[in-house]
Amino acid sequence: MQALPPLIVAVPLLAAVILAAAGKRLARRVLDSVALGVSGAVIVMSLVLLHETLGGTSVYWFGGWHASGHVALGVSFTVDTFGAGVAVFASVLIFFAFLFSWHYFETVGDLYHVLVLVFLSAMLGMGLTGDLFNLFVFFELLSVSAIALAGYRVEESQPLQGALNFAITNTLAALLILTGIALLYARTGALNLAQIGRVLGQQTPDGLVIAAFTLLVAGFFIKAAIVPFHFWLADAYGSAPTPVCLVMSGVMSELGLYAMARLYWSVFQEGFSPHLAALRSVLIVTGVITAVAGGLMCFAQHHLKRQLAFATVAHGGLYLIGLGFLTRIGLGAVAVYAVADGLVKASLFVCSGILLSRRSSVDELNLYGRGRDLKVTALLVLAGALALAGLPPFGTFVGKTLIEEEAGVVGWGWLSLVYAGVSMLTAAATLRAGARIFLGWGPRPTSQTFASDPFTEQAAEEDEGTPETSGEGKRTPLVMVTSAAGLLLLSLLAGLSGGLAHGVESASARFADAGYYRAVVLSSGHHAAPVVHRASSALTSGIPAAALSVAGAFILSGLGLYRERLPSGLRAASLRFASRPLHVLRTLHSGHVGDYVAWLMLGTALLGAAFARALI
Amino acid sequence: MSVLPYLVAAWLLLVGCYGMVTSRNLVHLIVCLSVTQSSTYILLLAVGYKAGAKPPIFFEVPVGTRAVDPIVQALTLTDIVVSLAVSALLLALTVQAHKRSGSLDPSSLTILKG
Repeated sequence: MQALPPLIVAVPLLAAVILAAAGKRLARRVLDSVALGVSGAVIVMSLVLLHETLGGTSVYWFGGWHASGHVALGVSFTVDTFGAGVAVFASVLIFFAFLFSWHYFETVGDLYHVLVLVFLSAMLGMGLTGDLFNLFVFFELLSVSAIALAGYRVEESQPLQGALNFAITNTLAALLILTGIALLYARTGALNLAQIGRVLGQQTPDGLVIAAFTLLVAGFFIKAAIVPFHFWLADAYGSAPTPVCLVMSGVMSELGLYAMARLYWSVFQEGFSPHLAALRSVLIVTGVITAVAGGLMCFAQHHLKRQLAFATVAHGGLYLIGLGFLTRIGLGAVAVYAVADGLVKASLFVCSGILLSRRSSVDELNLYGRGRDLKVTALLVLAGALALAGLPPFGTFVGKTLIEEEAGVVGWGWLSLVYAGVSMLTAAATLRAGARIFLGWGPRPTSQTFASDPFTEQAAEEDEGTPETSGEGKRTPLVMVTSAAGLLLLSLLAGLSGGLAHGVESASARFADAGYYRAVVLSSGHHAAPVVHRASSALTSGIPAAALSVAGAFILSGLGLYRERLPSGLRAASLRFASRPLHVLRTLHSGHVGDYVAWLMLGTALLGAAFARALI
Repeated sequence: MSVLPYLVAAWLLLVGCYGMVTSRNLVHLIVCLSVTQSSTYILLLAVGYKAGAKPPIFFEVPVGTRAVDPIVQALTLTDIVVSLAVSALLLALTVQAHKRSGSLDPSSLTILKG
């Protein structure tokens, strides 16, 4: 199946065009079924592709413009296991999003399905492409369709603000990336990743290469919502329709880091290898800052979708730490963690959607005790929170443990504390919200709690407006519960399958081997894939950390619920200690797009300075 | 090759971002975004420029004629199309914002915060 990679991208795009043309005349259920069918077909095709890549990376040249004499002439899709894995992951999440939308929207225009399908094909393209400019085009397509989806309920002010902030920051991201591409093209005369890497691999990096690297990384960091580029994310995810959030949080943010990893390993790694340790510390420190800031902000929210949005930021920081080791084992571990964790966050988004659908609110305090009869959802939220904390045998536990083991190998062993602490914070926020909503624990919130509590938002301003869905009083549709349960189950399976770990091992070896990547793309013929020999880890080393974060999450959520019962001296001390920095952190999230652009400029400048210091 | 186009590109990028940070009007802000985007056009064209070279039309010209780089021109065109889509989307959102709140000041659009 030579033509499979472009076909995978083309099928949803074509379906989107057909639905856009014919959608007005089709019934809602026909649209839903077609969309489900297409995403199901893409899952099957991606799985076939994934299976094919297990033997080695393959290349598809558009228009038959093969590389000739080690020079790439055309545009290529370079498909390796991680790329195909992105395709599988994205299409599975889109499938669940459509499944969830089945009962979720009261009315949804025909353009919703069109936009989601375009969104899907952009993600697939980003996963499969082997060409830098092609990557930029898919990046833009992804942004534009995601922006339109985030602002889908455009008649309300929240989605409007979310979409505008999203659009402006992500357009700037694309602009930085394009500037970086132009600089790289000026130096190497090439756009194919393998070809650029081949030229740069023979040079020591100078100012131009570092500037290009900075701009590209900053652009992808904006998409991945790394601090201080993360501000747009909470606004956009907090207001986007829930089925869309599920996909955005599960895979779109991760794609930014995927693109960064792809670029680093195929283009920059040889030139930067003398400065590996310095570069490593820049990335790891950025990741730690992101993880901690995101975790604190997550715990401070009582709007469920914003809470999950900040959990996305925090866990994005955790992925960046793992990638920042710049080793192939770290890379493989992050891949396992990101997939398992993405599924869990998607499942939690489905649960928040169920609440919005049944109770017309996603505010923890507003929903106090109103979820007592939603027993299945309560169990799903509990399981999701425990999976966030990394409870074995969820995939999150496996991924986290692998990353922590690798942290010890590269000499950053204390990072396992960051992992435990941050996943504890995000899990505690979910547990606290769950206990309030489903069990009615903690004091009944009054209007005074909203006003005086420094740990919650200043005003109870977030009335949902016209709900995007209303199913109050009815039974929770089975499809919704099954979607949430199915996503969690997949995450569990990711943890249980031992075979996955070995597949990821050799996949990350191929991903990280620039010589192999180049040989496959630029010279025809068969190439021996890098071989890995490593005893598989027993994973027992991760159990103390997992126990710590699960226990900590319960304690912390208890503290969040029953703060009033602490001795008054202790309470005053905790307020003094925590409320001031938290207040500053919250004030920074001003919601003003000008501020976000300023942060973005500052962040790019700081990143550039740090990279320059590390690499020269 | 003159350094001027690169300076202009850098200047446009910075001045556009400055405008976006300080903007008090969404339409003005979107125009500033377009200004920043035009910096990439200039940068791309400057990268492919060769002094004294012909346009990249290889029809009835002798082999080996010097021509400017056609790839960056194709990239610029793609970029312009992409920018157009983004600007249209942003302006549509702005129209909605104005319909809703009667104001175009981004400060009036800060319901979500903290």
